[in-house]
Amino acid sequence: MHSNKFAYKLAISVVFMALLAGVGGCGKKDAANKDVIRIGSVSPLTGPQTHIGKDNENGARLAVEEINAGGLVLGGKKVTLELFGEDDQAEPKTATIVAQKLVDAGVVAVIGHLNSGTTIPASKIYHDAGIPQISPSATAVAYTAQGYQTAYRVMANDAQQGKALGQYAVARMGARKIAIVDDRTAYGQGLADEFEKAAKAAGGEIVAREFTNDRATDFSAILTSIKGKTPELIFFAGMDPQGGPMAKQMKSLGLTAKLLGGDGLQNVNFVKLAGSDAEGVVASSPGLPIDSMPGGPEFRKRFEAKYGVIQVYAPYAYDAVYALVDAMKRADSAQPAKVLAELPKTDLKGVSGPIRFDAKGDTTGGAITLYEVKGGAWQVLETVK
Amino acid sequence: MDIFTQQLVNGLVLGSIYALVALGYTMVYGILELINFAHGEVTMIGAMVALTAIGMLVGVAPDLPGVLVVLGGILVAIPICMLLAFGIEKIAYRPLRKAPRLAPLITAIGVSIILQNLAMLIWGRQYVSFPEILPTTKYELLGAHISLLQIVIVGLALSIMAGLWLLVERTRLGRAMRATAQSKEVAELMGVNVDRVISATFIIGAAIAAIAGVMVSAYYGLAHYYMGFMLGLKAFSAAVLGGIGNIAGAMLGGLLLGVIEALGAGYIGDITGGFLGSHYQDVFAFFVLIAVLVFRPSGLLGERVANRA
Repeated sequence: MHSNKFAYKLAISVVFMALLAGVGGCGKKDAANKDVIRIGSVSPLTGPQTHIGKDNENGARLAVEEINAGGLVLGGKKVTLELFGEDDQAEPKTATIVAQKLVDAGVVAVIGHLNSGTTIPASKIYHDAGIPQISPSATAVAYTAQGYQTAYRVMANDAQQGKALGQYAVARMGARKIAIVDDRTAYGQGLADEFEKAAKAAGGEIVAREFTNDRATDFSAILTSIKGKTPELIFFAGMDPQGGPMAKQMKSLGLTAKLLGGDGLQNVNFVKLAGSDAEGVVASSPGLPIDSMPGGPEFRKRFEAKYGVIQVYAPYAYDAVYALVDAMKRADSAQPAKVLAELPKTDLKGVSGPIRFDAKGDTTGGAITLYEVKGGAWQVLETVK
Repeated sequence: MDIFTQQLVNGLVLGSIYALVALGYTMVYGILELINFAHGEVTMIGAMVALTAIGMLVGVAPDLPGVLVVLGGILVAIPICMLLAFGIEKIAYRPLRKAPRLAPLITAIGVSIILQNLAMLIWGRQYVSFPEILPTTKYELLGAHISLLQIVIVGLALSIMAGLWLLVERTRLGRAMRATAQSKEVAELMGVNVDRVISATFIIGAAIAAIAGVMVSAYYGLAHYYMGFMLGLKAFSAAVLGGIGNIAGAMLGGLLLGVIEALGAGYIGDITGGFLGSHYQDVFAFFVLIAVLVFRPSGLLGERVANRA
């Protein structure tokens, strides 16, 4: 992993150095004014979240290809969009490096990042460079709470999701004693905090708050410790590579508590990793189930013809590109400043639902849907507001 | 009490896997004084190869009992890992046997990176899931849940350790290994084929690693291309804890590290009143390692080696 990454980075830096030395900053002007418009897309393309990261990139790519095929005219000139797919390895440190790289490459906007932990540090770089950033899937409240007029997202945030989950756990699943495990990422921690607040407010008791990390596979020790506190429900705020083995280990330790998760678990891979122990696990996803989305079934057909099964966030990455291009069309320009002036006025019918932004850059159409694994697949339980 | 028993069981299972991998580190170190950092990756390759073989077997003969399928996977993984370790030693370590000790350490890290990338190219970057073909029978003992798989893992690990001990202490090859560990030159003068003994050491370690790899992936239900890194690091720590170069030490160190980790993660939050949470489990394990090394620099069972460097 390290060596080919290194070679790749080396190649990129050599290209940049050549650019800087040869044409002295011409690259930037190039991208903004000529007929090729560069858009960045950042998500983890290596490591345990690769499948979700690739899914985001493919969603954005599909939108870009469609828009190019339909022909985009800005300022009287026919332009082509070019998607720059970058890998942040789900690492905050790498995220800032990649963000700077995109800014230096003269992208006019960025679709990303995938994780909250990477989106937040990167957002400062995009803010300083004055280019719009639309995250398809970062849900941490902090992302849009920094006061950056460049930060947008097309998905309900953790406050909305955690609140819905906390209420649902107590009111609808009837859990009184609840244990919480989070993966110590910005996403996990944020979601768990919001969940805890809402569950307590609804009358639930938090009997344990445990932590793991986003590389772990062994949870037997913390699950055993949780078991001693006899919760009726365990809420895991993290992603499927941890959630899968956790569901398995819960069963083998004889835990009868139900497992509840956020959108990090609500994907195909979780069911694959947890196998038969995935049965009965409940998880939420912001927005509507793909088949209930206004353009869902149609989108699924187009996406799956090209890239295979949708993991989870692809429709949001797709919508993010359309929201961006919509603002470009209204501005009749791809210049970041002009696009930024138009973004707040977005009112678009996206695949995932209506897309409108509030003053902070959060989406206003924040429905949350709950799913349960039945017969080896996620089935819709209900949608809450 | 039942929570304590359960944590102990968790720790023992984890520890016996650590111990198996640690054996490979300690055997090689005992003979060559080389830390074979590629050993964790050999374990990973074992798991991946076995998973591929298991997948194929399930496809070809879906009616075969799960135990036989996994056994088939192990039987495919062992020779491949042996061959791999043989090749690694021959290509990356043997030419450097007379070089300063830092040189083979660097190539070890290089081999480890190469193997990770190779695995990523072959099996992709995703987590590969282990098919659910093993029986999930569970027993209750003193309030703890113990699965058949856990019993098999611990039992198999213990018998492998016993077998290795017998091999080293009671066979001609074992005697040759011990002689080589004491002095390569003298052993050679006594008619021991040192090259062959060293190859055998690597090969035996790799076979054990392959089995450990399959155990890990069966236990957690998954395998991935970088699983060898952390596992190798923990196993190496276990070997150091027990006294590197000492086979009984690797077993003791592995089991101890597993139990310390489980108990640490299970109780650290309650003991410190929530000040330190369960995410400090690794810190806790390494803290114990450091504490042991401060008082016994050569590890729990390590002999005091006077200035061998």
